[in-house]
Parts: sequence; C-alpha cells; structure tokens
Amino acid sequence: MKNLIKLFAVTFVSVAFAAGSLSAVEINKIHFLIPGGAGGGWDGTARGTGEALTKAGLIDSATFENMSGGGGGKAIGYMIENSKSNHGTLMVNSTPIVIRSLTKVFPQNFRDLTLIAGTIGDYAALVVPAGSSYKNFKDLVSAYKKNPESVAIGGGSVPGSMDHLVPAMAFKAAGADPTKVKYIPFDGGGKAMAGLLSGEVDALSTGFSEAVGMANSGKVRIIAVTSQDRVDAAPSAPTLIEQGYNVTFVNWRGFFAAPDLPSNMRKAYIEVLGKMYNTPEWEKVRARNGWVNIYNPGDKFMVFLAEQEKVIGDLMRELGFL
Amino acid sequence: MLDGMLLGLETAFTFQNLFFAGLGCFIGTIIGMLPGLGPMSVVAIMIPVSLQIGDPSTTLILLAGVYYGAIFGGSTSSILINAPGEAAVVATAFDGYPMARKGQAGKALTIAAISSFSGGTIGVVLLMLFAPALAGFAILFWSAEYFALMLLGLSAVSAFAGKGKVLKAVMMTLLGLMLATVGESSLFHAPRFTMGVMDLQSGINFVTLAMGLFAVPEAFFLAIDKIRSKKTGKSGAGSSKKSQEISNLRINRKEAKAIVPVIARQSIQGFLIGVMPGTGATIASFLGYAVERNLASPEEREEFGKGSIKGLAAPETANNAASTGSFVPLLTLGIPGSGTTAVLLGAFIALNLQPGPQLLQERPEVFWSIIMSMYFGNIILLVLNLPLVPYIAKLLSIPRTFLIPFVLFFAMAGAYIGQNNATELLLLLGFGVVAIILRFAEYPLPPLLIGFVLGQMFEDNLGRAMRNANGIEFVWERPMTLTLILSAVVFILFPLLRDWLVNKRKKI
Repeated sequence: MKNLIKLFAVTFVSVAFAAGSLSAVEINKIHFLIPGGAGGGWDGTARGTGEALTKAGLIDSATFENMSGGGGGKAIGYMIENSKSNHGTLMVNSTPIVIRSLTKVFPQNFRDLTLIAGTIGDYAALVVPAGSSYKNFKDLVSAYKKNPESVAIGGGSVPGSMDHLVPAMAFKAAGADPTKVKYIPFDGGGKAMAGLLSGEVDALSTGFSEAVGMANSGKVRIIAVTSQDRVDAAPSAPTLIEQGYNVTFVNWRGFFAAPDLPSNMRKAYIEVLGKMYNTPEWEKVRARNGWVNIYNPGDKFMVFLAEQEKVIGDLMRELGFL
Repeated sequence: MLDGMLLGLETAFTFQNLFFAGLGCFIGTIIGMLPGLGPMSVVAIMIPVSLQIGDPSTTLILLAGVYYGAIFGGSTSSILINAPGEAAVVATAFDGYPMARKGQAGKALTIAAISSFSGGTIGVVLLMLFAPALAGFAILFWSAEYFALMLLGLSAVSAFAGKGKVLKAVMMTLLGLMLATVGESSLFHAPRFTMGVMDLQSGINFVTLAMGLFAVPEAFFLAIDKIRSKKTGKSGAGSSKKSQEISNLRINRKEAKAIVPVIARQSIQGFLIGVMPGTGATIASFLGYAVERNLASPEEREEFGKGSIKGLAAPETANNAASTGSFVPLLTLGIPGSGTTAVLLGAFIALNLQPGPQLLQERPEVFWSIIMSMYFGNIILLVLNLPLVPYIAKLLSIPRTFLIPFVLFFAMAGAYIGQNNATELLLLLGFGVVAIILRFAEYPLPPLLIGFVLGQMFEDNLGRAMRNANGIEFVWERPMTLTLILSAVVFILFPLLRDWLVNKRKKI
C-alpha cells in the first residue's frame, strides 16, 4: 500500500513537472524504431545516427528496435496506435513512405505522424556503360523519342518506384511520353549494375552514391544527376538541369515521431539532430556510409514531403500506377 | 602478377593479419552456427567493430574471415538437428542429417569440414589465378540465362522423386514455388496473396519456413517415437557403442576415394556458379547435389537422401567454393553479386576503397592480401573445427528430454532473431503442423524448400527476360539459354526415364 501511494506521488509529481516544464525539455535518450530487419539502409541510418549522437555527448543513450513487417507498414501502424507511450521514440523512414502511401500499400501517410527532420539523402543518377553511344542525356532522349522500346532502362527496385520514376520524370521534362519507358526491374542495385555491364539494359537508373564508385573505376559513365548543382564527389557528372531538363530529385532518409508528440519535445528532437551535423562523430559516420547531408527540419520537412508527394503522385497517376 | 602475390603474402602473413584472419574465422563460425543469423547479418554486425582497426587490409581480412567462417559454421545445425539456418546449407541437411540419424554425426561433420575446406581452398586458387580473367565471365549471363539456370537448379528435386514419389515430389515443388510468390516481388508494385496480413507483405521468411519444415517436425517425431527411444535406452551396451560411433570422425579409404572426385568437380563448378552475380552459394549447392546424384552409380544413387557421403560432400564443397567465387565480381568489377558481398562492398567504401579494376592497380597489397589470407583462413577453419567435431557431435547423445526443447528453442530463436517479429513464431508453428501432416502422408519436404528458395529468383528472372524481349522469344533466340533449358529438361527427365526402364526390365 505504501508503495502504491509512493507510486501515485511519483506519478503526480512527474506529471506536474512535465506540465510545468512544457517550454523546455531536454532529450537524454532516444529509442530508434527501425521498420526493417538488421543490416538494411534504414537500420544503418538509425544506428549511425544513434552512434553519432551518443558519442558526441548530445544524448546519454540510444536504443534500437527492429520491427519488420509490411515492408515498413507495421512500424508506422505501431507508432500511431501506441502514440502515448512512444514520445521517446523516433522512427526512421525514407522516400518509400511517400510512394507506398500513394499506392495505398500503407494505410497511413506521413501526415499521420509528427515530422522531425529529413537528415540525409542521395541524388539519383542515370548511367550508361563507358563505351555507350549515348554521350549525354540528350542522346538518350532522341533515341527514346524515335523508339521507346529500343532503350531498356534497368533499376534496382520495382516498377513505379524511385528508379523507375526518375527516368520517366526526365523524359517527361524532355517532352517525351513518360508512360513508354521500358523499365527492367532488378533485385537490388548491384544486380542492376551487372545487367548494365552485361548489355542486358542500355542505361541504368540508380542512386548517385552507388554510381560514383563505378564511374570512378571507368566502367560506366554518369550522364545525368538529379541535383541542383554538380556534386563534389563526381564533378564531371552533368546535372539534368544544366542539360536543360528541369528535374531534381532527392531520395531522403529522416525521422518521424508519434502523432501526438508535444511541440516542445518536437523542437528538442529537431535541435538535437541539428546540432549533430557539426560534430566530428557524425562526420565519421557520414563518411563511412557515403551519405550526403541534406537537412530538412520540422516544417521545412513537411513542405518538402508535400512537394515530393505531389510530383510523384502526378507522375504515378500519369504512368497508371494510381 | 607474381609480384602481386608475393606482396600479398607479405601483407597477409604479418602477425597482426594472421591473428585477425583467425579471429574472423572463429567469430564467423560461432555466430554462423546460430540459427537466423546468416553470413550477411554476421558481416553487417562486424563492420562497425572491424573499422576500428584502421588498416584497410586487416579490416577486410577480418571481414572475409567472418564471411567464410559463417558459411563453414552454418552446416552444423543442418547436420545435427535438421535445422538449416540459411538457404545455402539446405542441401547439406539432405544427406547430412540422415547420416547423423544413423549415428554417424561425427563422420558427417568431418566430411562437411573437409569438403568446405577443399571447396574453399580450391576456390581461392582459382580466384588467385583467374580473378581478373573471369571478370568477363561474371557478366556473361542475362536474366534469360539466370532463369534457365534456376530451372536447372530445380532439377535437384528429381533426387527425391524416386520410387513412386514422382507426383508427390512435383506437388511439393509446386507448393514451394507458390509459397515463394507470397508478398511483394521485385517485379510488381503490389503485395500478392497476403490475405491482408501485414506480416506477410515482405513474403515468407526463409528461416521460419526451413525451421518449420525441418526442425519442428524433428522435435515432434523425437517425442512420439517411443519405440526407437526404448531400443537405445534398453541395450546399455548398444547405446555406449552408438555414442562412440557418434563422435567417431574417421573416414575409411573407400569413402575418401568416393568423395575426392566429387570435391574436385564441385569446387570448380561451385566456384564458376559463384562468380556470376545473381546466383550464389544456394544455387551452387542444389546444382552440385543434382549433378553428383546423376553421375553416381545406381547403387550410390539409391543412397542419396538417405545418408550418402557424396550427397553431403557435393553441396558442402559447392557452397564454399561459390562463396569464394563471389569475390570475383566484387573485386574485379565492384559488383556485389549477393547480399553478403553487397554488405562487404559497404566496408570497402567505408575504407575509401573502390573495388573494381583499379583496385588491383592502385592498391595491389589490399587485393592480394585478402586472397592470400583466405588460404590461411581455410586452414584455420579446418584446425578449429576438426578437434571440436567429437564434442559437437556428442550433442546428439544427450537425452531426448533435453534434446527436444533444445531443437525447439533453436527453431524459435532462428525464426525470431532476424526479424524481431513475434508473428514469425505463429508462422513457425503453422508450418510445423503442416510439415508433420505431410510427413505422415509421406510427402518429401526438401522439394518444397528447393521450390521456395529458387522460386522468387525463378520468377524475377523469367519476368525480366520476358519484359526485355517482349515475349518468350529469348528461349530459342539466345543459344546459351536454350542449352541450359535443354540440360534442365534432360536432368529432370533422364533419372525418371532410367528408373522406368529399369523397372520395366525387372518386370520382364
């Protein structure tokens, strides 16, 4: 009985304290929820971020939980259903949350969660073999306009996902019909690259960081990057914009919190993640993984996602995926 | 090239590098024995730790050791308790477990260790001599050929189709192919056959299915099989003799003679299959099993699936040779052919190294020291494993009261660990119950698992090839595809035809 009273007292005090300190909270520990198994991209992002935050002393401890199922949908559902007990949890996610919500594979979308920040990203790239007759994106466009079936474009993900949408977007910007893209889906970027080198496909749509290494080895050439300006890692790779096609695309990764997260806690999470960028610990993790810092905190993140959702949604409707 | 090799030897044979190669092998073997953690997860777990070492050669030597150590260790649970923890060691259970059931666990583990060692070592020799030359071979195949190769891999089911079981084996293969279609494939944007269950959206987890089909029924039959337990329990002299045989690891000359050609063939075949991105150790082990069964004499063929030493040596040699072969596209082209080599590629990049043609020119010491350390690693694995065989094999002589919960725990841990999803346990139970019923009805279960493992790659490659050719013209337009498909047909039909002829002759 005594214990029970004590418990009540503690609860009361802590509730009162929490109410009283709405204006200033400090994040001491973060529980990272990873919607996939160990070893994947989401897993690496969450664990890398947690490692940098703790080693830099920005938080005391980070814990991780892998919750696979539904291609990530289970974890989203879990965050929403158990919102109250998950104020200490950040869930990692990436561009697919936008695409999968559009295709209704996920019953919810990013608006059902509290947006914290997009933290890292990767541009997309179009790649051809070093000996290809396509010297730039314009060559590819003119071949495509003549006969779309003659340009097989490989990618590491299913039709209707990023690797498919990027060339469709680019062809559309060039005034060609985006629905005619002959997209050949491979099981992962590595096998898609093998498909390019074996001559099975004529061009490859892939992540920029994956393409850079191969381009440096001289086996392939990057004919288009979806960034605003040329990227330092591959200064010879031209952007779509400079070739006259107004297309940009970022495959982002970032963090989401429970739907009813108090606004002061949201602010605190954003602050902690923002501070992380200037630490050498983060730089070490970032360099190790070849990530690009693309920081989109809070409301900026919402604007970015809404924009991406619109662009992708329109295109997918046009391609007949929605 | 000779300079490179010497440089590699020099780098690999420093105390530091030898130590870390050994450490990597040790860690890999131990974690690889656990269910649910295949080579890919083990390597992924070890990367952040190994990057602390600093020296790129040493880091990669350690990781490579972890990789082939994990493959080495994976066979143990297949042989002892019929619980293959990853796809590449499924074929190991086909004959390894029946041998263990016959009381030859020690011998089975020894053969597995020696086959793995030989496959790995011969693989390294081939890697060393031909890696740069094989770069072209690695990108020879298109999806059309991979599809045909999967078909060839499926012909391994014919090994279980003997004695009026043809229809049953075919049915189980089809069931396996059907199970492989559950969830999202890499060809379509929508989940299939999930019945609205979110946990099925990513498809059925391999380890859950394998444990449910093999390990769970094993625990069940151990529990209900009173007659067998009485036999071993009553005759005290017999049981002590049996336990002696369990830990006996000697192979006689006749057996050695039988497996040497198998090891020689499968080292080369497995290596070549491993070189091609998009196949890997699993296909290599199934194909190795199928090829050796077809090459065996009629009496030996009867033994396959019932504890044939050839049937054990073939997949064990092939999967290790294939794992070594998968370094060819990684080191020479920078292409990861499997999940594990993709994770390894991440480690290269973290070290500011780009695997590919220029690695050999710019950092020859890294390139060659990895290869050289593999020789040493394989020896370590053999030295590490052989003395342990009697102790590991003794596991089977512990009383059933302890063995049954152990097997069940192993199966449940395997299903749960990789996914962290409790639904896997329900699925495990479901598969287990179905498998027990199927075993009572005398349906062979290995074809189901072969169908499941190859099913997704089979469908993906067929779909890709058809999309690219806008039809199925590729079957006759690409000579390589046609050759492979015809070989598959011969592989599947030939044994059936042969059995039929033999039966007919007997009747007359």
